[in-house]
Amino acid sequence: MSNQPFTHLDVLESESIHIMREVAAECKNPALLFSGGKDSIVMLRLAEKAFRPARFPFPLVHIDTEHNFPEVIACRDKLASDLGERLIVRSLDGSIKKGTIVLKNADQGRNAFQSVTLLETIAEFGFDACIGGARRDEEKARAKERIFSFRDEFGQWDPKNQRPELWDTYNTRVHAGENIRVFPISNWTEMDIWEYIAREKLYIPDIYYAHEREVIRRDNGILPVSHLVQPRPGETVEKMMVRFRTVGDMTCTCPVESHARNAQEIIEETAITRITERGATRMDDQTSEASMELRKKEGYF
Amino acid sequence: MSNTTQLLRFITAGSVDDGKSTLIGRLLHDSKSIFEDQLSAITKTSERRGGMGAVDLSLLTDGLQAEREQGITIDVAYRYFATPKRKFIIGDTPGHEQYTRNMVTAASTANLAIILIDARKGVLTQTRRHTFIASLVGVPHIVLAVNKMDMVGYSEETFDTICADYRAFAAQLGLHEITFIPMSALNGDMVVERGENLNWYQGSPLLELLENVVIDHDINTTDFRYPVQWVCRPQTQEYHDFRGYMGRIESGEIAAGDEITILPSGRTTKVKEIVTYDGNLQRAYAPQSVTLTLTDEIDISRGDMFVKSAAMPHASKEFEAMLCWLSESPLDLSRKYIIKHTTRVVKCLFARLEYRVDVNTLEQHSSATLNMNDIARVAMKVQQPLVFDSYIKNRFTGSFIVIDEATNNTVAAGMII
Ligand SMILES: Nc1nc2c(ncn2[C@@H]2O[C@H](COP(=O)(O)OP(=O)(O)OP(=O)(O)O)[C@@H](O)[C@H]2O)c(=O)[nH]1
Ligand SMILES: [Mg+2]
Repeated sequence: MSNQPFTHLDVLESESIHIMREVAAECKNPALLFSGGKDSIVMLRLAEKAFRPARFPFPLVHIDTEHNFPEVIACRDKLASDLGERLIVRSLDGSIKKGTIVLKNADQGRNAFQSVTLLETIAEFGFDACIGGARRDEEKARAKERIFSFRDEFGQWDPKNQRPELWDTYNTRVHAGENIRVFPISNWTEMDIWEYIAREKLYIPDIYYAHEREVIRRDNGILPVSHLVQPRPGETVEKMMVRFRTVGDMTCTCPVESHARNAQEIIEETAITRITERGATRMDDQTSEASMELRKKEGYF
Repeated sequence: MSNTTQLLRFITAGSVDDGKSTLIGRLLHDSKSIFEDQLSAITKTSERRGGMGAVDLSLLTDGLQAEREQGITIDVAYRYFATPKRKFIIGDTPGHEQYTRNMVTAASTANLAIILIDARKGVLTQTRRHTFIASLVGVPHIVLAVNKMDMVGYSEETFDTICADYRAFAAQLGLHEITFIPMSALNGDMVVERGENLNWYQGSPLLELLENVVIDHDINTTDFRYPVQWVCRPQTQEYHDFRGYMGRIESGEIAAGDEITILPSGRTTKVKEIVTYDGNLQRAYAPQSVTLTLTDEIDISRGDMFVKSAAMPHASKEFEAMLCWLSESPLDLSRKYIIKHTTRVVKCLFARLEYRVDVNTLEQHSSATLNMNDIARVAMKVQQPLVFDSYIKNRFTGSFIVIDEATNNTVAAGMII
């Protein structure tokens, strides 16, 4: 039988399952980073495929900025409880109280500070591997990262000196205090994610689908009005049909105009969009040419 | 099976500045796979760097600060694009000798390698090195792209001379099926479109070739190999006695009821069920990840391999291999290292260094050690037996990595002979 009855999604799925099982088998104390966003929901399904009928050999961990959309947090809690898996939540507010995160103002974007709380959480539980849902098609620094990405005791990524990664033979070894970030869906694109959500009929927060929302226009983007984002003098609130392509920090995650009400319609929109996922939705990535690389060097996912 | 969208993984390789990154940029640009915000970002960067008006397409993959400062590629960038015919995963590799290990990284999973040559310069040491590595790691398809044809007046003669040179070198490596394409990555001739300048060339442009190259045979479909990754013991009420062996079928196929041998113990049993999250299967093929249950209770753990008894792999504590040394610290023959081979991790010793290969001449030299980027034939001894095939027969069960226990770095890539 030389023909393989597999779609590219089957190939990607199998690769991801293989990666997760390697982590389970070789790492002493791994965790799966889970935010309630679409990529991490795909990761949960992959973990089910990798480990059922047993339970996951790792807890789910969410680093909560407290700037999340309530629908996403609700979905996070529902999925964790439906699956019966352990969810650990650590909040940036904890680090702010301790004084390890110092904000300039209370409402500023918090994505960059997630590294601090993440590293504190890694230290608290002694995780030697954190499985994350980052994809290489998201951003030019991510495009350079290994699937098993080594971080030193300060959580730093050294992009000029990454370990060679041969075949599917992954080097998972670290010394105490160091850790590995593992990205099982490195090779998936935004389109693959949506096709998988459609195929697997995954439950995701409904703000990913088109809905009417109050927004304001600011800095070349549209921002959702919330308790954190209020119109400034001169700005007007508009109602618009939108959906979110990513769901991050509410103060800097922009929705896109859309009428797509289900995964299939999003696939159709994704096929013709001319803007990347992050380009359309993340204001904080646009602050400098290398924001993501700099954040990763400081311990970001 | 025509409704299958296939996934093709390919890399660009070759010497410094031959235009690898530019070619990827051109391919993405002309196949309309660049997004507006990406294009506007690299346009801004090109302008800031005082480019002559044209957008520097290499910036699409050279995403690290250090790469942009120096105008070179340091590590592999992975990019993704699709045409109605296929999905592609591209690895853009660095040309600098210093970063050869990153090229090896990308080559190890590629179905196809595009080796670029600067038409003004012809075949260079790094062209030979990358070709040698591509042949060693068994990249199944090689395309030689003679780039920068615009700089040599699109001369057919220049193209022919370079192809003849390259063919002579490649033949020494046993590489015969090579596709040669003249192109200008800068102007886009023969990348996605044919262009106006290379009318003497009869073959297809690069993208057409990538869409049509047959990759069904790249995987070994005959010998069933199943390294056990993880033993599943749910220990719940419902699955009280369930004991499943999780893994990925690296080659061949398996059906419920098939007799298998467990190596290295040599015990035989039958497959009871092929369990997946989506229900049990009658039959499964490489590269599926599944869970197998067996009819007999046998002591099995991670690192064991299930095989079908028709074609047995070797199980041995000694073997010979071709090795790419990837570390800045040279091989220390007096030390023990660690090998990771399939799902098995064992200590190893380098029993003998047979020879080192000069990548230019392919001559064999004796050598007392190995330095970064050296390629050599070695004899190895391992603490516990490994179950392997020769690399030529099976890329999955014939490959291993060497890890330095002190630093935990991956220091070598090995291919069993
Ligand atoms: N004239 C001409 N110049 C080209 C062509 N392709 C690339 N170049 C130029 O060659 C230079 C090097 O191109 P890159 O794409 O960065 O080369 P590279 O092979 O990726 O280099 P490394 O990754 O550092 O090994 C740049 O100035 C390109 O604009 C071509 O077809 N014609
Ligand atoms: Mg380059």
